[in-house]
Amino acid sequence: MSAEKTHQRIQTPLTSEVTASLQAGDMILLSGEVYTARDVAHRRLYDALEKGEKLPIDLTKAIIFYAAPSPTPPGKVIGSIGPTTSYRMDYYTPKLIENGLRGMIGKGNRSAEVLAAINKYGAVYFGAIGGIAALTAQCINKVELIAYEDLGPEAIRKITLENMPLVVVNDARGNDLYAIARERWCVKH
Amino acid sequence: MDINKQEKKRLRRINCQRITVAVKKLFIEANTDLGADVVAALKDSLNKEESAIGRQVIEKIIENADIACLNKMPICQDTGLAVVFVELGQDIHIVGGDLRLAIEEGVRQAYADGYLRKSVCDPISRKNTQDNTPAVIHFDVVAGNRLKIIALPKGGGSENMSAVQMLTPSTGVEGIKKFVIEKVGQAGANPCPPVIVGVGIGGTLEQACILAKLALLRPVGKGNKTDERLVQMEKELYESINELGIGPAGLGGRVTALAVNIEMMPCHIASLPVAVNIQCHVARHKETVL
Repeated sequence: MSAEKTHQRIQTPLTSEVTASLQAGDMILLSGEVYTARDVAHRRLYDALEKGEKLPIDLTKAIIFYAAPSPTPPGKVIGSIGPTTSYRMDYYTPKLIENGLRGMIGKGNRSAEVLAAINKYGAVYFGAIGGIAALTAQCINKVELIAYEDLGPEAIRKITLENMPLVVVNDARGNDLYAIARERWCVKH
Repeated sequence: MDINKQEKKRLRRINCQRITVAVKKLFIEANTDLGADVVAALKDSLNKEESAIGRQVIEKIIENADIACLNKMPICQDTGLAVVFVELGQDIHIVGGDLRLAIEEGVRQAYADGYLRKSVCDPISRKNTQDNTPAVIHFDVVAGNRLKIIALPKGGGSENMSAVQMLTPSTGVEGIKKFVIEKVGQAGANPCPPVIVGVGIGGTLEQACILAKLALLRPVGKGNKTDERLVQMEKELYESINELGIGPAGLGGRVTALAVNIEMMPCHIASLPVAVNIQCHVARHKETVL
């Protein structure tokens, strides 16, 4: 089956209608602008919010992709890119969701605090496949450096996606695909 | 011939520049060209995977390896911390510089010229070192006059899910298996399954970890051939891990591990050190002999 038939097309920004409609296990093709940010960038965003400072990005209905691409070779839009493990951003995430963030793209389980914030504010956590970064780079049309340039690969970038395949891991209703899938496939003795 | 002449005949000179060139090539190749053993294991796993989404993930992993190789792009954006194993023949004389610096320079050039991500930082300030050095280099001195260099770019996501524990000897094989399965189970989707599980048993705290890392260098699908107890343990762990249901990308399925490789050596009478080093499906390593 081709991705076009099995995947639902979603366009950013992530409205409450869209997040409410998504369910754990849904396969989607995401298009539009998302921000890349990971460890240190999250700490800086969090600290700025704590101090009441203006953020370098608008979090309203925004999606953050936990990613730091490899350098862009000549003639390419971007280098290889893919998700990093999400739990390292868990500490900072509820505050970002409180301030408008509605989507996250990463891999691996989230903390109870993040799941509670996803549930409370109607956000979504998308899983991307790790380690297919040359393929994922083909879904990106445009890259713009936004903030924290000193962080090198970890700087915040705005990237424009076209039909990036993702799966809904945690929906706004409290379902967790990782737990459901493991329960379905584990062999009980 | 007197002894002096014999020794001179055995002695080989290797220039540092040659080492730098070799290291650079190894790290670029390792990051863009997935080993045939891993690709074969992935293809084979398609027959074992019953989950439709699991099979799709494996197909994408294989497709990605092809695209990366064709376009000379990194297979994964995390091009790793540069781990290097060096086996230095005792009859080699390194000339034209310092061996460690020559290796570091090879890493530096690979990550700059190969468009590989610089992923090394100060542990406290988190400031990037900008050139992916320092590398972690394990030197070993061996007989002969050859220099073997193994390049292993190690990704952070799977390394973070690794662990070492000093078990009590009484826990034995069951204790070892329980610890390994527990660590892979806790890791879930984090280390990008299907994984390769490197296990080090014995030695000391640090030696168990090195054995676990060395276990990752064994070609996938080539089980332990030296110790019947390890053959059995690898088989049982492989089966138990693949019953966890984590599956490709953690989305559920039968294929959580492509291989379990164990290396073992004797330990102190009071100890049973066990280390688990998890490797994602982008199981990269290349080697050369100078």
